[in-house]
Amino acid sequence: MLQTTTERHKVADPTLPKLMVVERTRRETADTFTMALVEPDYATTMTFQPGQFNMVGLPGIGEVPISISGSPHSAREIVHTIREVGDVTKALARLKPGAQVMIRGPFGTAWPMDRARGYDVVLVTGGIGLAPLRPVIYSVMRNRARYGRFILLYGARTPEDVLFRKELREWRSHFDFDLQVTVDRAPNTWRNNVGLVTALIPRAPFDPNETVAMVCGPEIMIRYTAQELMKRGVASDNIFLSMERNMKCGLGLCGHCQLRGNFICLDGPVYNWDQMGKLMEVREL
Amino acid sequence: MDENHLDFITGCASNVVFQEGEFLFRQGTPVKQIFLLRHGRVSVQAFAPGRGQVTVDVVGAGDLVGWSGLLDDDGARFDAMALELVRAIAIDSACLRQKCEADPCMGLAMFMRVATVLERRLDSTRVLLLDMYAANHH
Amino acid sequence: MKQQLAGHDGQIVLTRNEFESLLTTIQSDGYTTIGPTIKNGAIVFDPISKADDLPIGWTDVQGPGSYRLEKRKDGRLFGYNNGPSAAKRWIYPPKRQLWSAVRRGAATELIPSAEPIPKIALIGLRPCDLKAIEILDKVLIGRAYADEDYRARREKVLLVAVNCSTASSVCFCTSMESGPAAKSGFDILLTELLDEHGHRFLLKAGSERGSRILTRLRGKAATREDRESCAKELARAESEIAKHLPTDGIKDRIYEQCESPHWKKVAERCLACGSCTLSCPTCFCSTVEEHTNLGVPSSERARVWDSCFNQEFSYIHGGSVRQTASSRYRQWLTHKLAAWFDQFGTSGCVGCGRCIAWCPAGIDITEEARALYEDKPREQKKPSTETKGPRQREADNGLISEEVVVSPRG
Repeated sequence: MLQTTTERHKVADPTLPKLMVVERTRRETADTFTMALVEPDYATTMTFQPGQFNMVGLPGIGEVPISISGSPHSAREIVHTIREVGDVTKALARLKPGAQVMIRGPFGTAWPMDRARGYDVVLVTGGIGLAPLRPVIYSVMRNRARYGRFILLYGARTPEDVLFRKELREWRSHFDFDLQVTVDRAPNTWRNNVGLVTALIPRAPFDPNETVAMVCGPEIMIRYTAQELMKRGVASDNIFLSMERNMKCGLGLCGHCQLRGNFICLDGPVYNWDQMGKLMEVREL
Repeated sequence: MDENHLDFITGCASNVVFQEGEFLFRQGTPVKQIFLLRHGRVSVQAFAPGRGQVTVDVVGAGDLVGWSGLLDDDGARFDAMALELVRAIAIDSACLRQKCEADPCMGLAMFMRVATVLERRLDSTRVLLLDMYAANHH
Repeated sequence: MKQQLAGHDGQIVLTRNEFESLLTTIQSDGYTTIGPTIKNGAIVFDPISKADDLPIGWTDVQGPGSYRLEKRKDGRLFGYNNGPSAAKRWIYPPKRQLWSAVRRGAATELIPSAEPIPKIALIGLRPCDLKAIEILDKVLIGRAYADEDYRARREKVLLVAVNCSTASSVCFCTSMESGPAAKSGFDILLTELLDEHGHRFLLKAGSERGSRILTRLRGKAATREDRESCAKELARAESEIAKHLPTDGIKDRIYEQCESPHWKKVAERCLACGSCTLSCPTCFCSTVEEHTNLGVPSSERARVWDSCFNQEFSYIHGGSVRQTASSRYRQWLTHKLAAWFDQFGTSGCVGCGRCIAWCPAGIDITEEARALYEDKPREQKKPSTETKGPRQREADNGLISEEVVVSPRG
């Protein structure tokens, strides 16, 4: 039956963004930057779960879904790491501190931080896919005792495309965080790995029977990674991934991200392999 | 693998150590040994005029380097350089080839193992060709 | 006294001459009456002020890819079947402003849209269109987030439905259990009666709002003859329905067929023009547009209808997920007839037949659904335990693809 407005407590229109202010920006690579946003009056900002995203926009230009790359434990600022691939992201890249940005969110499902408790946590990621997993890294590091071994396998195109280089160095110094970076190709001054990120999986030190894996990157990389993890014996329902689809509303209303029974923006973007694996194998679905 | 086969192969093998920066073999020189890496990583590099030395692969413990020695003594197509202290088992390729021919059963077992390594390497290379982290795919 | 006039089931009868009073009563409550009227050679929902604006004495003849108006031999007001535009555009407009942004110095101010919600009465909705509204309610205001504009319009709109006395050749409401008689969802339900007892209308209220209007009309209580005439009207409509869409287990069948070669066959005819999604009474997909005003430091964002047949619909950085027309047709049909059950607990199809009549290529959703439904699922690469040789299996596969050839245009 039709519910009336009075029955349903008046809600703020979810299509109306709030305005936030650029606190600082930082260039990560030639085409990727990070920006921290705060409320105009430094009021406490939104809380979010690792893996969730915001609709980030500029008046007159547009709005795009961008996952949150900052710490879920910082209530003061919201951090996004953004790759310049379209009109909106290119315009965002030109903003200076003090500029206003429109934000709606946070939206979507989260990485399974609770389910991973007591398990080895294996993050496999490629390209910009490291950004949506960075909140997981902050979360695990902060609550290190809750988890078993902690492993990050990260692939980038070239050494210049590696994100968060300073932080990676810092994380690497933790004896209880096993971190491997690999690139597709490199000059011989590069002392790290070269090759596909999946090549790091067979020898990574985790117990496949006690592992929760979180995979984020291009869809094709997710598929190869899941296969490699399953080959090692990780249960398919312990392999989590983040789906990318076109999103215009973040509310499950515009229909763009509909995939079978899902609106990815509402029911995802985080799923386990059992939920998405079969569908990812169907072309153009 | 069969104990007898292992003994047979061991006759061609020796333990070797490479210091960081040392080459297991160089582009253009005959590959006289096949290396089974026990410890440390080896970078596979090519020299491209104008681009210098480019690393195309890095392999580590459990991996195989110089497999082409199983086929012939022709010059290596790449440099193989130790990125850190590397311990490996070096198998004399001519010796191994002879043994494979002498005992085709062992030869098949041997080649099946090598093919498994090559399959994974070829798969990876093909996925890399997709350049999946590129900004757009047009 | 008025209570006495109404029959024991609350149904009343208006004569043809008294019909005008229904419109004037509704209008006197402040409603703008929107009803079927002839415009550009089709019967569409548009503002009407009097009964004469209705398509009196007209009907429509429809088929795959065709629609034309014809004169009737009688003077029925609702003697047509259904037009190209459903109620959708009146409660979920093709474009609505979400908000505007005004720049004042360095600061931007966001101003929520203050478009007034008109008080409208939709007159002459067919039962399938009522069902479509029930479905849109589930989609747009029945879940985690709501389209507040839709909610506001829905709360205000008065729905006056008309049972069907005829059916066109593209109708298949009986398969979707949405007609030819409306069961719920209306404020007022009419049935147009025309027989030896005269030209009249049987009216029934479906809501408090509807019954308040009925009590103010000078109708007579419905008699047994009226009710019998009504049953005959409905039976005629039902008997004229020739199309059928298989529904038993359709969700799983369509899902199983996601790799069927049949999608490519449809795509050979499909122009990916999106006419089906435009005319569909339940297609709800939308996108947002940003409009900047030249010279003025302001802009606005608007929600506009979109179609899954547009290539940009599935765009993610680097390209569209669904590049081929076959994948887009599959997306539309699979969502409508299968995924809708998972998402909203109902089919997304009401059997109105608009997508068939308004498809320039005459693609018929019932035929495509049946072809997929009856086709054997594509042989998965299961290890062969059967005794057939590869040659035999090839022949089988050939047969399967023969079966799914659908004659272009019936």
